[in-house]
Amino acid sequence: MNQLLELLQKNARQTDAEIAELLGREATEVSAELEALEKDGTIMGYTAILDQERYAPTKATAMIEVRLTPERGGGFDRLANRIAAFPQVKSCFLMSGSYDLLVIVDGEDIREIARFVSETLSTMNGILSTATHFQLKTYKANGLLQSVPGESQRLPVTP
Amino acid sequence: MSLDPQRHLAQQIQKIPRSGIRDFFELVIGRDDVISLGVGEPDFSSPWHIREAAIYSLERGETSYTSNLGLLSLREAIAAYVSETFALQYDAKSEILITVGVSEAIDLAFRALLNPGDEVIYHEPCYVSYSPSIVLAYGVPVAVATKPENDFSLKAADVAAAITPKTRAIMLNFPTNPTGAVIDRAELEAIAKLAVEHDIVVLSDEIYSELRYEGTDHNSIATFPGMKDRTIFLHGFSKAFAMTGFRIGYACAPQALTEAMMKIHQYSMLCAPITSQVAAVEALRHGAGPAEEMRQAYANRRNLLMTRFAEAGIPCFAPGGAFYAFPDIRATGMTSQDFARRLLDEESVACVPGDAFGPSGEGFLRCCYAASTESLREAMVRIGRFYQKHVS
Repeated sequence: MNQLLELLQKNARQTDAEIAELLGREATEVSAELEALEKDGTIMGYTAILDQERYAPTKATAMIEVRLTPERGGGFDRLANRIAAFPQVKSCFLMSGSYDLLVIVDGEDIREIARFVSETLSTMNGILSTATHFQLKTYKANGLLQSVPGESQRLPVTP
Repeated sequence: MSLDPQRHLAQQIQKIPRSGIRDFFELVIGRDDVISLGVGEPDFSSPWHIREAAIYSLERGETSYTSNLGLLSLREAIAAYVSETFALQYDAKSEILITVGVSEAIDLAFRALLNPGDEVIYHEPCYVSYSPSIVLAYGVPVAVATKPENDFSLKAADVAAAITPKTRAIMLNFPTNPTGAVIDRAELEAIAKLAVEHDIVVLSDEIYSELRYEGTDHNSIATFPGMKDRTIFLHGFSKAFAMTGFRIGYACAPQALTEAMMKIHQYSMLCAPITSQVAAVEALRHGAGPAEEMRQAYANRRNLLMTRFAEAGIPCFAPGGAFYAFPDIRATGMTSQDFARRLLDEESVACVPGDAFGPSGEGFLRCCYAASTESLREAMVRIGRFYQKHVS
């Protein structure tokens, strides 16, 4: 595992100098490695993790199971890429099991997502069926627990 | 009528001085503005899978006593772990005793070994319980000072000089609390030879052995020729698995010694708490990944501290293990106590004065880096500022 990337994934706002200090390396060395990782596309970007329920409590998220007809030559890829290109699609995965694509969609509200499913997604050629599941409550997202458990009561000085 | 301590308290208890850590604790407790590098435990909670196993055990109604030695499943898991990690083979049925932390195991070992007046050699500065545990078992503690010029590691020659006909045991702790020191294989081997030659038992507290950095290796003294039959290998779950509050330690020793320690344990403790024992089984079965993640986090923080000490011009050797740095503050002309107290007053940072771990810790400070990187960074700014102000 790349220690540098692990540290960055925990907190991308650390400066190169701060990361260097943790790794016992030179800051210039860390900067150079990060630049290379950005260039070759290993690091695709940096983003803020928001508490959606606080930031946009009325927004809706749905997981949509999509079954589609594979095409000769291209399999699922052509259609999957078309679906993934919609800006409201946050993630899109080819899945094993009883359906083909898992499409995660964000919307201003439930209606907006419903419109996307009924008017756009399900009318596309090659889509056999969709099943839409709305997210009700978040317990953990992006590896972060929603409710932070109580601080452990460590004594300030112990042997 | 009030109780007269001199008349009513056991003389043996009166021989034990008040803990230096407790004095310092009194100063810090109740102040919520303090950044504390004064703890002796991980800042992580136990990994969730371990806590979850404990909860499940309670749900199943596992609330009984266990065998005095401890759950056989735990002893078997320990036998496998100790064999794999330390290349030491112990019989789960007769040579492993589960205790309430390593502290209990140390107490049991001294009580099982010592007759009044027997001497025990230990290296110092060291964990605060060694000397009192020896005294409580009617033994005589014989401290061997480890030296700054040796990065607080122990030299066999110094041990040899302390051996007398009354020496019954040698107590070792590498990596060491409070210094983070480790010991060379050659020195350890030489100490093993001394133990065999003088027919001395060795207690080896290896609680920090998983927490090592920069490829430092670890050898248990029990692996050297003739040593397994005269070593009490002490280990536990508190540090590597961040399970201090579960209070689970263990002693591995030849059957006769295990049996003797068990005799005391069965009447004083009966057994370690079953919930904690079940949690410990889970730690050994599935805990390697989370333990390595925590070790890596300590390694990062250690790097941070070493860089900052160097920048501030505070001499500090690179500790090979545990999660303590032991910087040298003698250039300020202050005693460890003065330095720690004034650092607390002027900069609200708590570090434990080195002499709380024995007189040879004088002039040094124990800084525990089991703390968040943010608080370590802030603490190091303050310590650096304080040092610059007072260095002569």
